Amino acid sequence: MSAKTLFEKIWEKHIVKQIEDGPAVLYIDKHFIHEVTSPQAFKGLEQRGLKVLRPQQVVATADHNVPTLNQHLPIRDELSRKQVQQLIKNCAKHDIELYGLGHPFQGIVHVIGPELGITQPGMTIVCGDSHTSTHGAFGAIAFGIGTSEVEMVLATQCLMQSKPRLMRINVEGQLNKGVVSKDIILYIISQISASGATGYFVEYAGSAIRSLSMEARMTICNMSIEMGARGGMIAPDQVTFDYLKGRLFAPGNSLWDKKVEAWKQLYTDEGAKFDKEIFIDAAKIEPMITYGTNPGMGIGVNGTIPKESEIDEKEKPSFLKSLNYMGLEPGTKIKGKKVDYVFIGSCTNSRIEDLRMVASFVKGKKKAKDVEVWIVPGSKQVESQAREEGIDKIFAEAGFQLRQPGCSACLGMNEDKIPAGKYCISTSNRNFEGRQGPNARTFLASPLTAAVAAITGEVADVREWL
Amino acid sequence: MSKAINIVKSTAVPLNIENIDTDQIIPARFLKATSREGFGKNLFRDWRYINDDENQPKKDFVLNNPSYKGKILVVARNFGCGSSREHAAWAIKDYGFDVVVSSFFADIFKNNALNNFLLPVTVSEDFLQKLFAAIESDPNTEIEVSLENQSIRFNGNEEKFEINSYKKTCLLNGYDDIDYLLSMKHEIEAFEESRP
Ligand code: SF4
Repeated sequence: MSAKTLFEKIWEKHIVKQIEDGPAVLYIDKHFIHEVTSPQAFKGLEQRGLKVLRPQQVVATADHNVPTLNQHLPIRDELSRKQVQQLIKNCAKHDIELYGLGHPFQGIVHVIGPELGITQPGMTIVCGDSHTSTHGAFGAIAFGIGTSEVEMVLATQCLMQSKPRLMRINVEGQLNKGVVSKDIILYIISQISASGATGYFVEYAGSAIRSLSMEARMTICNMSIEMGARGGMIAPDQVTFDYLKGRLFAPGNSLWDKKVEAWKQLYTDEGAKFDKEIFIDAAKIEPMITYGTNPGMGIGVNGTIPKESEIDEKEKPSFLKSLNYMGLEPGTKIKGKKVDYVFIGSCTNSRIEDLRMVASFVKGKKKAKDVEVWIVPGSKQVESQAREEGIDKIFAEAGFQLRQPGCSACLGMNEDKIPAGKYCISTSNRNFEGRQGPNARTFLASPLTAAVAAITGEVADVREWL
Repeated sequence: MSKAINIVKSTAVPLNIENIDTDQIIPARFLKATSREGFGKNLFRDWRYINDDENQPKKDFVLNNPSYKGKILVVARNFGCGSSREHAAWAIKDYGFDVVVSSFFADIFKNNALNNFLLPVTVSEDFLQKLFAAIESDPNTEIEVSLENQSIRFNGNEEKFEINSYKKTCLLNGYDDIDYLLSMKHEIEAFEESRP
């Protein structure tokens, strides 16, 4: 048998039919849906007079559009309320499990899938959301789809997909102090650009990746889409199995050993071929920050924004437009730049480990006077865990606001918007123009770097505090 | 939605900016709708208006420049990156474009476009730059895109583009993927039964 990649092993097991000179009909194991990208799909289904084929393989939550304060009250914004109500109606009508507002499992779709043990190695997983790549951290093929495709999966549990090219990114060696998984992925994207992996599915490998916890691995896979990749994945190992064991929807005792045996076969064989391979030295990675309006525009926190003369002639207009939007000058440093808001949240960094990381840094410290700090946990479960551990008190003493779960200022679809012209250091994944609110300015960084900024009121180097 | 697509002959609107993400094409605050219609009026909303005010169009933005119109949108590389929102494709189509030309499209956007009978045409960087130059020097430059021949032409320049033959058949005939998948019902059920 020829050597296969992790991706190929899972892909081949899910092909219902390969169309000649065309896509494959790919079977989907799990389908997550949320209020924003599903209503038109249900409508399409109804117009065709169809039912959801396998409702028990679909899980729904309300996250993108929900308020993060007073979730027990009716949603104030009329359109948001209608959208969430539509989801409730659609789920009830089609027998789909919904973890909506008020449910103890509610939260950001890419946080709740893993924490409930729904996401498992070897699966194909889709969601009408580009950060579905997060679930690849378990050794699954997980990717975002559009609403027409949501409709296809609801109706047939299948999708038409062409096999992507395959890339492996090897991160070898030991991470420096103060450098965490968010820095690894921001560094990778800064090296290969925001389109460097378009058309590829990425496998992350190497000793630095192996050494990460499950939650840290999810942060990396989460941002695969930020370099254009269809998805990212990491081969499952003991860390994966230990994380999953005992979770609500993970295989129970009678099945567990058999499942783990099967999962242990999910790795890239020696000699398997990738279309592209990249090697990264973990020791070179510093705490990272972005200065521009795409996630590829990142530098070390001590670094200097490129000079105009260093930019390719063709890219100059976009580069200058971006810096103009950010109110920054080419050839200057970001360190020391004042920030107005700190947002710790989103499917990239809102899990319990992220909150613990921030709490252990800020314990006994106070936020800077003019900074507003929002901590938005990824799920109800993360929120209650934080309260159980007393993390909520540390935040309260520091002057941080601990809010209720949702996407929040990651995309500013609810009220949590950064005002025009203001700077926000954010643990989310996108620094696009207007992403956090019209004319808001975003610096992407790790939870640690965001925590330091909350205390100092400016972009600072966490290593000087350790 | 009218569907099948083959030959599009039209002037074009040039937008020479790289890495245009779907948040720019249609900002998140317009995603609260529960239907597919009407997104065109919010296409590139924050680049089009000052303070979100339709009475204050930004004069230097190309959609507000009456010299440029047509059914073809020409954009710089890595178009449609970021969020998977299909609303981006709906907005472009609803605004009146049938073709988008670039040297490089983000994957999910390309799929979404194809699923909405909006034809993404990928050309070489060289060809794209020539096309931008031609449209900018004469907004009346006519461009002809033929899906059947997989070709794009203007002022005597021609380039072929790739599209997989399955998708081509779908677009030429107005078939949806979902029709095809529905026709596979029995094979899908058999596949489910065959799994351990
Ligand atoms: S947190 Fe942000 S990136 Fe993640 S699913 Fe929500 S909106 Fe998308």
